[in-house]
Amino acid sequence: MCAKPVKKEPRQVETTGHQWDGIEELNNPLPRWWVWVFYATIVWGIGYSVAYPAWPLIKEATPGLLGASTRADVAAEIARVDAANAGIKAKLIAADLNAISTDPELAAYAERAGAAVFLTNCTTCHGSGAAGFEGKGYPNLLDDDWLWGGTMEDIHYTVAHGIRNTTDPDAHYSEMPKFGVDELLDETQIGQVVEYVLALSGQEHDAALAAQGTELYVDNCSGCHMEDGSGDRSQGAPNLSDAIWLYGGTREAVTHSVFYARYGVMPNWSPRLTEDEIRAVAFYVHGRGGGE
Amino acid sequence: MSQQDADPPSLYAAREPIFPRRVKGTFRTLKWWLLAVMLGIYYITPWIRWDRGPSLPDQAVLLDLGNRRFFFFMIEIWPHEFYFVAGLLIMAGLGLFLFTSAAGRVWCGYACPQTVWTDLFILVERWIEGDRNARIRLHRQKWDGEKVRKRAVKWTVWFLIGLATGGAWVFYFTDAPTLMRDLVTGQAHPVAYLTMLILTLTTFAFGGFAREQICIYACPWPRIQAAMMDEDTITIGYRDWRGEPRGKQTVEGNGDCIDCMACVNVCPMGIDIRDGQQLACITCGLCIDACNDVMDKIGKPRDLIGYLALTDEVRERAGQPPKSVRAHVFRVRTVLYTVLWAGVGVALVVALFLRSPIDVNVTPVRNPTFVTLSDGSIRNAYDLRLRNMHGEDARFTIAVTSDVFVVLSLEGAEGLTVMVPANETMSQRVYLTAAPGTRAAVEDRTDVRIWVEEQGTTNRIHHDTIFNGKGS
Repeated sequence: MCAKPVKKEPRQVETTGHQWDGIEELNNPLPRWWVWVFYATIVWGIGYSVAYPAWPLIKEATPGLLGASTRADVAAEIARVDAANAGIKAKLIAADLNAISTDPELAAYAERAGAAVFLTNCTTCHGSGAAGFEGKGYPNLLDDDWLWGGTMEDIHYTVAHGIRNTTDPDAHYSEMPKFGVDELLDETQIGQVVEYVLALSGQEHDAALAAQGTELYVDNCSGCHMEDGSGDRSQGAPNLSDAIWLYGGTREAVTHSVFYARYGVMPNWSPRLTEDEIRAVAFYVHGRGGGE
Repeated sequence: MSQQDADPPSLYAAREPIFPRRVKGTFRTLKWWLLAVMLGIYYITPWIRWDRGPSLPDQAVLLDLGNRRFFFFMIEIWPHEFYFVAGLLIMAGLGLFLFTSAAGRVWCGYACPQTVWTDLFILVERWIEGDRNARIRLHRQKWDGEKVRKRAVKWTVWFLIGLATGGAWVFYFTDAPTLMRDLVTGQAHPVAYLTMLILTLTTFAFGGFAREQICIYACPWPRIQAAMMDEDTITIGYRDWRGEPRGKQTVEGNGDCIDCMACVNVCPMGIDIRDGQQLACITCGLCIDACNDVMDKIGKPRDLIGYLALTDEVRERAGQPPKSVRAHVFRVRTVLYTVLWAGVGVALVVALFLRSPIDVNVTPVRNPTFVTLSDGSIRNAYDLRLRNMHGEDARFTIAVTSDVFVVLSLEGAEGLTVMVPANETMSQRVYLTAAPGTRAAVEDRTDVRIWVEEQGTTNRIHHDTIFNGKGS
């Protein structure tokens, strides 16, 4: 920078008279209205604390003369949304399950409402992406394999009544025998059956043991899992010939399943969700890629 | 410790009222023209019509917040194209840097709404209450009939200007003729009335009463500008080496300044430019006009007060001619700002012409990354957001290309075509499936490209993404 302009008579700035080590404090006064604004904010603050909840007491704050409450606002907003959705909810309950997808407005509502219901209630077991937990017994809802059926009616029934729970007499029910624990088969026989099951799904297996297991499978397993291993949806018996394994498809996992059996439980949601919510979540699950 | 003063000065001061005198000259004329043009643009723009077909608004400039669209003549900006707005804001910022480094506070002095509206308000004030001396007299006068009448008329006119200002503002956000009718019949949305009320009151208060205090106390820009200015920046200066010592012309040895206070009397900021460049000066140039007028009358050369840079002062004191305006303006800094500014502008124009009337966003579903189907094949899901920026419905056909073989299918639809309604964005989930044991199913990741083609047109866009296999 070049030299500052030299002023013949520099404008004098008032000082406050304060001095520290020879340094003077200049006084460039604030505009007076600024102070008025400051006082106005104090008055406003007092008025606000009278009109709105402000002073904390032991249990809650002073309510304020206007009776404003954000909780009440939220409750009113929820009531407003519920009232706005009442029509479409009634429509959803009245609709034929398979006709929901043909009505774009209803389908859009069911998809979004179902997503909310799913994220709130179903993700604990089935995961937020509906992919379940492979090998842990929580079914993947995205694939094309269904234990109790994958049509809209099937899914709706399963959500409403659940599986093997003690609270709903209409719940899906079946029970696999504990072949090892109850000594229905000995360890050698279990080994042979397991090799046969591995063969059914086209996995690496011991052909000799599998051949020995054929008869054991027909006698003990085909009642539910069918001779070709395709399973039975009316009993929730999994398909053993495909690539999907609820509890894992390795030799160890299948052995464990035969020895101890499996007993997957799902709650019945009809007491906890309304009919429109059950329908919405069934529609949502049906539309994740595996619906039939 | 501080010395205790017997009578400490007040830390607050009442505003000193300012009564700018009427002035004529080059800069005043320029400012009148700019005022007319800028206010004209502001008030008239929302009323310009622009035919866009049946399903779109026919207002040339419209910020449609409800539908999240910005219309500017032939240009239509969607929310995902907000970078255009960001780009324009960057250009506005760089433009301010450029003008400030070249010509100082030229924005403040000529183009700032605060300056323009204050100018308008002072003009109204002068028409109703008379020029400086009359206004000072009125200011000191008791509240008699004349004062009450003049003040009432003045405030009414100010209020009407404020109302027009707030009124014009809301027209930018919705169809102007419809809103005008609704406003008059009392059927407009409360937000429109509230916005108008706030803008009316702020215009009234800022233009009528706060005036220079907005610039001095409220606005951050004067403080920031110091960083943009350097010794070559053109600002308004007083040639004290020519003017001092000021005083009567008849006294031998006095400079050109006759201390007539014309420069002070016309100043809307109420400052004395002869004290040097200062924070409160908005470089509006009115003191130049006032002083030149006086110089002409007393037969002295013009530009005792004029636009000059700090370097000119040194040169002129040394008896050299000042650098040309050209030499001041064209320097590395301003050229750099200009290049950056133009660069952003060119990029925006290019982007504007390259954009397609359809758009697709592909989000691979990562939860889970893939699904094993019962026959062992591997399926990936993708959420497509299809955007149809046409004014009519369109059918989009989706396709996939890749080095590997994957099968495409759509959720909830037979075939590979979906209908996207006019001016809407639609979500569609699509699946890619790789047969068991194929390369895509076995490998960790495979590149795939998803194509979207609008039927019956040549609009075709693609989006590259990844297919996740089982991995090893």
